[in-house]
Parts: sequence; C-alpha cells; structure tokens
Amino acid sequence: MKEKVDVLIIGSGASGAAVAWSLAETRMRILCLEQGDWMKQSDYPTNGRDYEARVFSDYAISPNIRQRPSDYPINDDNSPIKVVNFNAVGGSTIMYTAHYPRLHPSDFRVRTLDGVADDWPVDYATLEPFFAENDRMMGVSGLAGDPAYPAHRPPMPPLPLGRSGAKIAQTMNTLGWHWWPSDTTIATTEYDGRAPCINLGHCTPACAQGAKASTDITYWPHAIRAGVELRTNCRVREIATGEDGMATGAVYYDRDGVEQFQPAEVVIMACNGVGTPRLLLNSSSGRFPDGLANSSGLVGRNLMFHPWAVVNGYVDEPMDGHRGPPLCLWSQEFYETDRSRGFVRGYNFQFNRTVGIGTEAVATEAVGLVPWGDGHHDAFRGLVGHRMSVGICTEDLPEEHNRVTLDPVLKDGHGIPAPRIDYSIGDNTNRMLDFAIDRGAEILAAAGARHVHTIRPVVYGGWHLLGTARMGNDPERSVVNSWGRSHDVRNLFIVDGSIFVTSGGVNPTSSIQALALYIADSIKQRLATLFD
Amino acid sequence: MNEQTLTEAEIADLRCLAGMIIPRSEKYGVPGADDDAIFADIVNSIGRDRNDVHAALATLRELAGGPFAALDAARRGEVAAKLRADGGAPVRVLTRIVLLCYYRDDRVMLSLGLEARAPFPKGHELEQGDWSLLDPVRARAPFWRPAS
Repeated sequence: MKEKVDVLIIGSGASGAAVAWSLAETRMRILCLEQGDWMKQSDYPTNGRDYEARVFSDYAISPNIRQRPSDYPINDDNSPIKVVNFNAVGGSTIMYTAHYPRLHPSDFRVRTLDGVADDWPVDYATLEPFFAENDRMMGVSGLAGDPAYPAHRPPMPPLPLGRSGAKIAQTMNTLGWHWWPSDTTIATTEYDGRAPCINLGHCTPACAQGAKASTDITYWPHAIRAGVELRTNCRVREIATGEDGMATGAVYYDRDGVEQFQPAEVVIMACNGVGTPRLLLNSSSGRFPDGLANSSGLVGRNLMFHPWAVVNGYVDEPMDGHRGPPLCLWSQEFYETDRSRGFVRGYNFQFNRTVGIGTEAVATEAVGLVPWGDGHHDAFRGLVGHRMSVGICTEDLPEEHNRVTLDPVLKDGHGIPAPRIDYSIGDNTNRMLDFAIDRGAEILAAAGARHVHTIRPVVYGGWHLLGTARMGNDPERSVVNSWGRSHDVRNLFIVDGSIFVTSGGVNPTSSIQALALYIADSIKQRLATLFD
Repeated sequence: MNEQTLTEAEIADLRCLAGMIIPRSEKYGVPGADDDAIFADIVNSIGRDRNDVHAALATLRELAGGPFAALDAARRGEVAAKLRADGGAPVRVLTRIVLLCYYRDDRVMLSLGLEARAPFPKGHELEQGDWSLLDPVRARAPFWRPAS
C-alpha cells in the first residue's frame, strides 16, 4: 500500500498542471499520476528532415494512428469528427497549435441571452483574475486593445504579421470586418526560461525550440520545485470508493504494468473530456452501478467538439508558407448571435499561415489541384507558398445523444475498456458552417484567391473535448457543482474540459486552465469545510 | 520496412508508379520520384503503412492484369489514372509517402529555393509586417456582448 496523499491529481496536461501548481502553496502532499512520460525537445520532429512524415506516425494527432505506449485506443467510428489528443507530461499542450483565445462573457450566459443550452454557474468576471494568472504562467503573446474582448493585456508582444498576416489584414479591412493578432502561447521574447520563437513553422506536433508553452515546461517545473510529486507511466484504471461513498484513491498500473493502489484524501480528475468520463464509467461499483459521480446520468453525455472547417485558396503574391507559426490572426466578426443569419451563437475565424512543402504537396494532390504525371511540377510550383487558409471554429451546442461510453470490446494495453464516441453535428452548427464557409469564401474572393476549396468538417479535428461532466447547480442536471466538486462524491473534483456547460466558439485551453485555477482557489478557500 | 519486405515485383511496380506520379523534369532540373536516392527513401519510409502499401500495389497489379511495370506507357497511364480515381485510402497513403519523400530531397528543395535542412535549430525569418493595418480595427468600439 502506498502512503496516503492529501491530493491525488490524475492527468498532467493543461488543467492538471495548473491545479497542481496552484495547490502547491498549501503544503499539502500532492501527487499527480500521468499515463505518459516526459518528452524530450531533442526528439521533436523539427529536429529532422522527416519532420512532416512524423505527423503520420509517432506524432500523429490521432491516438489510434500514433499508438504510443502511453496512448489508449478510442472507437470513434460512429463520429464524423475523430478524437485527437496527446498523452505525456503536458498532455495535449505538447501537441496543440497554441491558439489561446478566451471564452467571451456571453459564452457563460447562452440560456439567458439566446434561449439555448444552459447558463454556466460561473461567469467571465469571476474567472477574469484566473485568466490573467494563467496568461502569466503559460506565457501568452498578443496585443491589448482587441474590441472583441473585455480589456486584457498579454505579457508578451504578438507574433509578427508576416506576409500572410498583412494580406489577410488588408483583405479584412477592405471588407470592414474585424481581425486581430491571435493570443498565443508562443513566446516572442525570452520568458520564464523559454527561448523565443525562431519560426520553425511546424508548431502543432511539439516545439523543438521550447517557445511554445506546454505545461511540462511552464507549470510543472514550478509545481515540482514547490513539492508536488509527478509520477509518470502510471495509467489509472478506476477511482475507488469507501462505504461512506467518498473516494479513497485510485487503482493504477505502474511503469512495469504492476497494479497499485494510491490512497488519497482528495481526488482531482484532469483527464480531458474523453478520458475523464471513461475513468468515471470504469469506476462503477455496487454503490455507483452506472459509474462514479453519475447519479444525473450525464457522465459522458453532451460531448462537444467545435466542428471545424477550412476554406483554402491561392493568391498571386508569395505568402509565408512554412516560414512561421501557422497561427496568425483571428476574427470575431461573427462570434455573437445575430438571428438573421439563421442560427444562434457564432464562430471564430482562425487565419493560418500554411505548412511545409511536403504537406502542401499532399494536400494539393488530395483535392485534385496537382496532377500525377507531366503537369505535376508546373501545377505544384504555382501553388506552393501561395496559400491563404481560413479556419472556422464553430460553437457546438450540447446534445445528450453526443456521448462517450465504454466500448464493449475495445481495450487498452492494460485491458481497461476503451472509450467509444457516438456523435453527430447538430442542425444549428451545420447552418453556422454553411454561413461561415460562405464568409470564408468571400474573404478569399476579396483577396483575389484562386482554386478556392473547402474541407468540411475537418475529420481529424476533435481537439476540443468538452461537456461530458458538466458543471451546474442542479445535481439532476450536472455532474459537478459551481467549483468543480462532484455532487455525488464530496472529495472528488473535475477540472478539465469535461466540465464545460457550453463550448463557446474558440479554442478552449485558456478557459480550461482558468477554470482549473479557479477551482484550485475555491478548494484553498474552503479547506476547513471542503467536504461539507 | 526495407526492400526485403516488398517482393521484387512490388518494388518494380512501385518504382514505376512513383516515376509516373512525379516524373523527372528537365525544365526544373529535378529528378523523378523513381530516382535511386528518392526511391530508396520511399521504400525505407513505408514503415507502419506497409499494409496500405501492399493493398495499393495489389490493386495496381489487379487493374494492370499482371505486372504494372511490364505494361506499355499508354496502358500504364490508363491504369494509373484508374488507380488514383478508385484506389481509395491505400492509394492515398502510398501517394503521401511518395510526395513526402520527394519533397525532402536536397535537389528538389534547392530547386524550389529552399534550404535543404531541418527547421531546427536555424528556424526562419518572418517579417514583422505593417502594424498600421490595425488602425481601423483599433478605432472600432468594443463589440463583445455583455453577459446581462
């Protein structure tokens, strides 16, 4: 039997790292179990000439393709959008594009404002100090003054506009539509031991320079120095509970595959919107026959992805191509509800620089712009380095039939039942995609782009795993309360994206981490009465 | 994967197909994907995609009615077009391997005006751009929606 800890955190990614760091000041004994290992920047793809090919093997975004020992399989056959993630110290902050918008104030009040879904039990104003604290810890680059947001001031200057950004900016100004340099977690100056960006141009599958913030190089060094223990290669099978219905700890497999039990006073789950419901459902018992913390029946339900589309075109002028972070600018011209558009809520445009030449060759061949044979060279050379790319991140409304369950057959390497995804894109989101794609095409037309084509949805676009253990004040309609504590199990907390009530229309990592810091602060404020 | 895991017939067909996907170009002074060095890279890069590559080459042979490499040029063109149109996911995988290996060859990268190197540690230069473009957006009143 392991020595009992005060706080056991499961998962070391975006939220687990933030909550560990925040709680460290309490001097409680805190342990984090992580199913993956530490990553090495010297192993990251951009160290080698095969960097683009590794996106299809050991740095694939889908765990089903990547199949590292730290990965678990996911049956997502019944979903038009496939789950993407990364499993290591740092979680999916190792493999993300570092786009870092916050949710907007309206995102927390969708029922009140638009009559759909539910309001959150917290609001933007409550989270604002935690957004700022998280920006400082992760190291955010950006520019103050965006009229699409309440005032905030990122600690580092924005990424350069470059040719691509300037072209987009000129075009958006012509249309009179909003644009702004994206908040990113890519360091543009030296910051907290991180070197500034040198434009490797291949940010998503991990940054060899260490300029992109991932929690293994941001929160974790601070948390470990403050006394938190991080135990790697430990895959949790289930949360155990006692006769009083409280969590007693976790059963896990260590790096040698040996079953262990780690007792704890408090358990905090930070396993993302698929991993957390999977673990809760795998923790069923006589007292909790439908899974842990699931008296509402909502564990695993209301899965939201942010259905994504991309509109591409090619302009005459040379763009930045692979010579810079793919991130560039955002536009929130169409973020807030305007019912005349035929849908409620909205979406974020994410303008991207493009990709390496090999990836561009694959992409242009796949959509038929580049032929096989004699015409190949002329066609490809007329396109490479000229792409304008408009990404569309739509708000996904919660629907109970979109869910995570346990697959009856599929298991991971430790024999633990794997998650199964059943998901379809909702009508409101489909209408939003129709509208957004038309606006994306309008942007590219205004830029004089040729060969405009659309990818809808981006199949391997299930980055944002949200809603499967939602927060709320009503135990019959939510899994955790307004500060992340399970309604059913009073020493069990959830801090990852599964507690989102609605998805908003922006990348969620900033908001996930702000929520995790808010929950950690709530725990600290209530230490004497935490289980009341 | 190495050449030993492909049969001689598969290697011959794959090499012939690679050269048809990306032929040599005198205009640009670049080899085709059937060039010795590039093709060796292709074969050595199949790795975890071997099942798809085997499947694609089996379809190719089926469409050709025998060894693809033994067909005359006109017939090879017909078969390759059919393979591209109807070959499905395995052919997309095979094509991806050919393209990624081709566009990391030193000669090809240099002909495109690129440095033949990995991105790290040198990185790239990215111009700052004209931030005065932001002036009309800065002048806009806040338009985020209050929550109440």
